[in-house]
Amino acid sequence: MTQITIPDFALVVLVGASGSGKSTFARTHFLPTEVISSDFCRGLVSDDENDQAATQDAFDVLHTITAKRLNRMKLTVIDATNVQQEARKHLIKLAREYHALPVTIVLDIPDRVCFERNQQRPDRNFGMHVIQRQRRDLKNSLRSLEREGFRHVFILKGEEEVAAVQLEREPLWNNRKTDHGPFDIIGDVHGCYDELISLLSELGYQIENDQVTPPSGRKALFLGDLVDRGPKTPQVLKLVMSMVEAGTALCIPGNHDNKLMRALRGRKVQVTHGLAESLAQLEAELPGFKTQVADFIDSLVSHYVLDDGKLVVAHAGMKESMAGRASGAVREFALYGETTGETDEFGLPIRYNWAAEYRGTATVVYGHTPIPEPEWLNRTINIDTGCVFGGALTALRYPEKELVSVPALHTYAEPMRQFLPPEDRAPGLTSQQQHDDVLDIADVIGKRLVDTRLMKNIIVREENAIAALEVMSRFAVNPKWLIYLPPTMSPAETSKLPDLLEHPAEAFAYYRENGVPNVICEEKHMGSRAIVIVCRDEDAVRARFGVIGEGIGTVYTRTGRPFFNDKALEAAFLLHIRDSVTRADLWGEFETDWLALDCELMPWSAKAQELLQTQYAAVGAAGSGAMHEALAVLEQTTTHNSEIHALRERYQSRAGLLQQYIEAYRRYCWEVHSLDDLRLAPFHLLATEGKTHVDKTHLWHMETLAKLVTPGDNRLFATNYKMVDVTDMESQAAGIHWWAELTESGGEGMVVKPLDFIASGRRGVLQPAIKVRGREYLRIIYGPEYSAPDQIAQLRSRGLRAKRSLALREFALGIEGLERFARHEPLRRVHECVFGVLALESEPVDPRL
Amino acid sequence: MLLTITTTHQPATDLGYLLHKHPARVQVFTLAFGQAHVFYPEANDERCTTALLLEISPVGLVRGGGITLNEYVNDRPYTASSFLSVALSQVFRSAMSGICKDRPELADTPIPLEAKITALPSRGGEILLHRLFEPLGYTLTAERYPLDSAFPAWGESAYFTVTLTATKRLQDLLSHLYVLIPVLDNDKHYYVGSDEVEKLLRHGEGWLKEHPEIELITARYLKYQHSLKREALAQLVDVETPDAEETVAKHDAEEIAIEDKISLHQQRLGAVLATLKNIGARRVIDLGCGEGRLLSLLLKEPQFAEILGMDVSHRALEMATDKLRLNQLPPKQRERINLIHGSLMYRDSRLSGYDAAAIVEVVEHLDPPRLAAFERVVFEFARPHTVIMTTPNAEYNVKWESLPAGKFRHKDHRFEWTRAEFQTWAQGIAERFGYNVRFLPIGEEDAVVGAPSQMGVFVLGGING
Repeated sequence: MTQITIPDFALVVLVGASGSGKSTFARTHFLPTEVISSDFCRGLVSDDENDQAATQDAFDVLHTITAKRLNRMKLTVIDATNVQQEARKHLIKLAREYHALPVTIVLDIPDRVCFERNQQRPDRNFGMHVIQRQRRDLKNSLRSLEREGFRHVFILKGEEEVAAVQLEREPLWNNRKTDHGPFDIIGDVHGCYDELISLLSELGYQIENDQVTPPSGRKALFLGDLVDRGPKTPQVLKLVMSMVEAGTALCIPGNHDNKLMRALRGRKVQVTHGLAESLAQLEAELPGFKTQVADFIDSLVSHYVLDDGKLVVAHAGMKESMAGRASGAVREFALYGETTGETDEFGLPIRYNWAAEYRGTATVVYGHTPIPEPEWLNRTINIDTGCVFGGALTALRYPEKELVSVPALHTYAEPMRQFLPPEDRAPGLTSQQQHDDVLDIADVIGKRLVDTRLMKNIIVREENAIAALEVMSRFAVNPKWLIYLPPTMSPAETSKLPDLLEHPAEAFAYYRENGVPNVICEEKHMGSRAIVIVCRDEDAVRARFGVIGEGIGTVYTRTGRPFFNDKALEAAFLLHIRDSVTRADLWGEFETDWLALDCELMPWSAKAQELLQTQYAAVGAAGSGAMHEALAVLEQTTTHNSEIHALRERYQSRAGLLQQYIEAYRRYCWEVHSLDDLRLAPFHLLATEGKTHVDKTHLWHMETLAKLVTPGDNRLFATNYKMVDVTDMESQAAGIHWWAELTESGGEGMVVKPLDFIASGRRGVLQPAIKVRGREYLRIIYGPEYSAPDQIAQLRSRGLRAKRSLALREFALGIEGLERFARHEPLRRVHECVFGVLALESEPVDPRL
Repeated sequence: MLLTITTTHQPATDLGYLLHKHPARVQVFTLAFGQAHVFYPEANDERCTTALLLEISPVGLVRGGGITLNEYVNDRPYTASSFLSVALSQVFRSAMSGICKDRPELADTPIPLEAKITALPSRGGEILLHRLFEPLGYTLTAERYPLDSAFPAWGESAYFTVTLTATKRLQDLLSHLYVLIPVLDNDKHYYVGSDEVEKLLRHGEGWLKEHPEIELITARYLKYQHSLKREALAQLVDVETPDAEETVAKHDAEEIAIEDKISLHQQRLGAVLATLKNIGARRVIDLGCGEGRLLSLLLKEPQFAEILGMDVSHRALEMATDKLRLNQLPPKQRERINLIHGSLMYRDSRLSGYDAAAIVEVVEHLDPPRLAAFERVVFEFARPHTVIMTTPNAEYNVKWESLPAGKFRHKDHRFEWTRAEFQTWAQGIAERFGYNVRFLPIGEEDAVVGAPSQMGVFVLGGING
């Protein structure tokens, strides 16, 4: 039996003459989809697997498929003769490009056997000379395979050995996904032994006689650069080596460690950047220690992927396209990072800022470049705080993501580049906030799938994204404010009552039928939806939102536009809300410096002025003028022509409906001269620092927000509500009665919500709210005369499916955005959701619903 | 929805013969969009009035599935619009053709007529009413409706009750109304196809050619379909008449409300083009290319081997594709130019690596808090070697009498900068991003307020820049 062990991510190149049994071998040891055969590709492009004229095109296809598979980290087997170096060269190049280990398995089968096998196949009419030539090429290749770049070469001689192969796959060394820690990840130590000891103590490690015992279950993880520059490199090495040996620590190599290893192995290296100190300190150690050190460093794996792929550690960082892969380039990147090819004024290479481009989902922890304070950027963090240069030694506790630091006892070395440089950036913004100043268009355009907690893979179609991009770019507030957009809301099913379109009974039935017993009916205010973000002060705005010079908050509409054109009015309005929050001490109650409120802001005419004038009032003006004249001539005609009566009566009734329409919209209009004319009704406390409040009931929201209201102040007022048990006839009747009263006195209607903010039924998340609008209000939606019997009959058939599906998707996206913001995710992740809601809003839906 | 026509010609009841509608009856006509009622509020020998009352069914009004609410809450059931024109042509078909078998001579005789149109929208105010009807010999009174009497601050609506009096053949009155009502409303409820030209010529016969507002009437009647308009004008005005095109030019010039857009914008584009040529740019981007006016100039210059136009408005890009005839260009030309949908608020790797970027009249459309993002997108990420930017000079606004003080030149302008403001901003950017900047006035310079437009040319200054 011959044992072959290959990495579970590799490019496996089979080499063998025609008829040597490659396809059979591949079939035996690999999945059918893992094997790409040149014959199959020939067939794909030419319908004939043996058409040699199609070889070039067939290999183009083979290479393309291989590239796609390797890009997705899929083991791939190439079933082609591959007997010439020329053919293998391209495959090696592909493996390098995608950082897959190139492996070759050679089937060295005698000419005669190959020839006989080919003879048995009707579609193969190769002469013996072809096989002999292929075998000659193969023989010539055998010695050069490793030189060509194959990291594993297996040569199987004869049929028997091929048949006896036992093939096993093993994970790459960097793959420690099953190791869940928890870890204490420690930055560049550089021989700072004393600081390392106090950091470990700080982290709860027991240290006795060079024996280190971690707190229960924890493990230390060293990010490399243990050596050079500092005073006690050998002590650091001994400690780490013993911990790694004892299984209480993991360690990855840094560029300094690597260079020390090379020096110890006798290679020619420049003795600079603190290497001299290490070498001198090691001289004092026992003979043999140097070899142990070199072996230890040599054994280290460039980077690790841990905790189910959620954590990646590497000395100088790791790009998403390289993480968990293996190649010389991956190792180089892990040790040195990437440079732009330019140098700065100190002659040091300018580093390419891979973290700014990072889009991966895994957390990446790294060191290498000393920085004054560790900062998160796109889920990456550099924790090298330059201990050896007089900074601090820092650890990141994972998964807690807490930073623990001990200051350096001395400045052991002077940095080449000024350490702790005067920051050349806007005051007080974090790296992430600066990065988020400009979002990348690639994160929003094209067809996108957004995965949300409430709903898997919500599709945002390209044409909708196009519409959203224009609105977002031309009209929206600074995207840093846009943490949430509210979903659209579906009305109740059409009422069964003859003269109404909407009635509470249908809304109650919807929730009851979906297993929700208790609902809350909230008065629906006819104003404009407003999202209010208010902070304690401008410092809180800068710290949490990364916005500077835009006041203490913002008020924006349901499409993300600034609510107020008048900045001074907005500022005064926000101050008033801020003071109300202070009075109610919600800052203290929620341990927060900011709140996000979902509200209705009245009057309607404050935001909808143009719509009112160009549409609502215009229709009223044209209608009343026309009706007035029409009734006059009809009246005049009646005096001498009795035939006209019926027409006159019809016009009298039409004129009446038109007047009702004018009265309907007038109720929602008043002039705004100052702050005192505005009325804000908050109904959801969306989020405060560190949390969203979508886990609370609507009753909680009502009661919490009522605290903001002071009697006699109409500017902020509490929404009326009524709890209804939809399994109780009496309770429902009371709810219906309440609605009738509201709408008869001119109210828009009510919104029925399940008691829980997020309620689920048999088929997933339920409508978060259903509106039941009053008859008079609906005139401004369906037209002045919609209630005339002939019209309402035609309006009754209305399909709610599209509207409800839209409402759910927008709801899921809205909540997801809010939760991502609460988790301090990068802005692009929040923006993706908000942008998605805006894009979905451009889907065509009956606007009257 | 209501038109009354009164005559005092004696016997006044002859109006019934002219209209082919009996004064004692109430008649109903069913039309595609509803019903038309014809009756006589008064009918005696001294004075006779006929009323045409339209009852439009609102359900029939919704077009294309109803994408916006204004298709439901709609003024059409109440106004005098193209529906009224269609009703006229169907209900009073014979009268409009001048046919009257009982009183043939009367149909050919000018008689005293008064027409009253209710809820007539005039997009162009009362002035337009006078400009359209008075040249045809009418005396006109117009009563404008307030938008809402409960909210006087909202001002007036676009609707009028209009009374026209003149001594005219009934046929002429009807033709005038037929053409001019939709012109005033500036809308049509049906698709405007090429048969509209024929209708316009037929109903405009004998009066439209001499009407001083022929341009506006033709353009609006044909709903700004320019090829149709040209077709109509060519048939109305003799082909030999040399000033047909001049008339067009003259009228265009009148329509330009505030800045003399044609010439100033051409100067602007000319200056941008000259600068691009001068610096030897080969690969250029037009950021905010709109309908592609600069792009079409760039395409004509073989120097520009690679041209990229970007705009945030997808509609504008579609128009640019049409106007530049991109899909008809020969392949060699076609591959020189590309249009992409994008935004100056987002960094975009597609914009990297260009010699020059033109940003013509764009920056003033951005909200001031969003300028910081724009600056980084252009100067930090796209980072072309040269950036040419133009923007209005706010100081010059005082020179335009039609522009009220403190107003911007365009509704979407979020700000307009003085020369000092623009230069301070530009110099700040140049410093921050390592560019050198120089400035150029565009348009005729005034000693005090400068030129109407201003240009900044930023050149990447290298390490010591």
